[in-house]
Amino acid sequence: MSEILHPSIEAHNLTVIYHRKPVLWNIDFLLPQGQIIGIMGPNGAGKSTLVKAILGLVPLNSGYARVYGEELSAVRKRVSYIPQRQTVDWDFPATVLDVVLMGRYQQRGLFSRISQEDKAIAQQALEQVNMQAYANRQISQLSGGQQQRVFLARALAQQADLYLLDEPFVGVDAATEQSIVEMLRKMKAEGKTIVVVHHDLHTAREYFDWLVLLNASLIASGPLEEVFTDELLKVTYSGKLTVLSQVGDQMRERNFPVRES
Amino acid sequence: MTWQIFIDFLLLREPNVRLVVAGSLMLCGMSAVVGCFTFLRKRALIGDAISHSVLPGVCMAFILTGEKNPLYFLIGAILSGMLSLVIMEGLTRSRQTRPDTAIALMLSVFFGIGIVLLTSIQHSGNASQAGLDKFLFGKAASITMEDIRLFAVSSVAILALLLLFLRGFTAISFDEEYALSVGFPVRWLRFGLSFLTVWAVSVGIQAVGVVLMSALLITPALSARMWTNSLRVMLLLAMLFGMISGYMGAFVSYSAPAMPTGPWIVVVATLLAGFSMMFAPQRGLIAQWIERNKNRNKTLEENILKLFFQIGEKTGNSLKPVMEEDLFNYRAFSNRQLRRGLRLLEKKGLLTTSLSAWQLSREGEMEARRVVRLHRLWELYLQQYLNLDPDHVHDDAEAMEHVITPEIEAQLDELLGHPSIDPHNTIIPPRI
Repeated sequence: MSEILHPSIEAHNLTVIYHRKPVLWNIDFLLPQGQIIGIMGPNGAGKSTLVKAILGLVPLNSGYARVYGEELSAVRKRVSYIPQRQTVDWDFPATVLDVVLMGRYQQRGLFSRISQEDKAIAQQALEQVNMQAYANRQISQLSGGQQQRVFLARALAQQADLYLLDEPFVGVDAATEQSIVEMLRKMKAEGKTIVVVHHDLHTAREYFDWLVLLNASLIASGPLEEVFTDELLKVTYSGKLTVLSQVGDQMRERNFPVRES
Repeated sequence: MTWQIFIDFLLLREPNVRLVVAGSLMLCGMSAVVGCFTFLRKRALIGDAISHSVLPGVCMAFILTGEKNPLYFLIGAILSGMLSLVIMEGLTRSRQTRPDTAIALMLSVFFGIGIVLLTSIQHSGNASQAGLDKFLFGKAASITMEDIRLFAVSSVAILALLLLFLRGFTAISFDEEYALSVGFPVRWLRFGLSFLTVWAVSVGIQAVGVVLMSALLITPALSARMWTNSLRVMLLLAMLFGMISGYMGAFVSYSAPAMPTGPWIVVVATLLAGFSMMFAPQRGLIAQWIERNKNRNKTLEENILKLFFQIGEKTGNSLKPVMEEDLFNYRAFSNRQLRRGLRLLEKKGLLTTSLSAWQLSREGEMEARRVVRLHRLWELYLQQYLNLDPDHVHDDAEAMEHVITPEIEAQLDELLGHPSIDPHNTIIPPRI
């Protein structure tokens, strides 16, 4: 596998256990910078959890994740997260611009005023995803594809270097999917690193430069052509690891402690 | 006589009335603002549980100090409200119980303990306990100067803190994980918002009582949400609705001292909510009914125009008058619908009538051509892209073609390669 001198993300021995059920198990990898990286695996493989673990949104049971070689808290301003669209209440009283301006919260913190400059950046982000006409629209009136674009604009307004997208293509029309992919390629051309949780094998080959295959534990991580092989995909999707999840179920049922000590 | 009471009240002639009005306005306005966040975070039931849970705290404060000091009551109420909240969240997190079970459990357990304590205080022979039961349904009528000071300090402090942390509270209400990812102290914000809610409840119960407090949190927020899509406007409107409810409640409690204040405040708040749900633009029932009706009329009109155009295709002259009875014979519509649709189209100048025959006007013919074009483009699209059989296409196409905008039309035309024939082998009229 290729050497990576300056990784964007480094995971070391990363383990996450939810309610005694191992979701991520000893994940170790280095991800390169300036590429579009896909995280793939079957349902329940821990793809979203991996992204959340990197971002410190879920507690780790062991191991650590570093971003640009540092603790996340030191480089948080360089990192932008795009959660799954369905996780928020789109009936919240806010306009498209309000949501995109949240992308400036990272810079402004809890108290500093949102300036004209912030508004200009937000407007510009909306233009980049072709949603400028919707700036004052209620978010409840948006289609699924438009919601995803708004989330992307919010991330762009963060002006980060590393973007982590959780299933951005779910429930999105083909035209929006294409325009999001083009957007991601443009960002890559500007030297940004993009990590995408994805589940559609058909498009994986077309979208990604680098692939992480996951099924609770790490199956493979490497350049697309090395990793996107029948053999590795079979291991990832064949459910060989169901024994692990069965043992997890047993532990939960019998109220076993997660560690022996 | 009654008018005299009303005027006395309006002019705040009695000092006592001033206290009651001031207290009710502050408590109800402030609770309504805090309640907006409870409402937006979908924690209405938790708000209800907290309200019931402050009762044991109030009783304990009296038992421990033997005094009816509003400050002690407040501290007791906050402590027991927070305790119940912590247990609720702990139970939910540990997955011992589901959230709804935890909420119902804490509500009934704390309220039950509160009632037990209250009853034992009342039978303890302590003369100074009189009036403690007012915490059940509110005691706006007996607000004292000491109460008012506490209310004022609490209301100002709570509102100031809400404003100060508005960005953080909005962020966790909309998207907690994102807020965490940008480095906001989400745990503290959540705790802070919960604390402000418990505080608001603990003073608010003096107006409406523990049983009905959650209505004061939720109902004004619900009403406000009907009228606006902006969070700031919503907060202001909720405050206004809360204050109106409080004011009216204070009036009732002044004019009929035997009436419990809390329930009346809630009745007024509910009436406002009912009014909002009926009459608000866009979200109101009436606005939605009008819109549905408009859409139904549009569908009907377009279908009738289509019929005229199709008859014209058979006869070779789309402007030829059609006898009314012939139209009825097509049975595509009920007689009533058809008559209504014809009249609507006549009013718009798309159809003209004479001697019980109907005929498309020039504009009517253009409009009919547009509708038929859209209809056939849409059928073709459904057939080619969704593999629907031509004889199945019809019904499905009918429903959706009425919302096709010129932009979508252009896209369809492009996508289908500017077709001229539809699945039934009839001509798609070109765009004029």
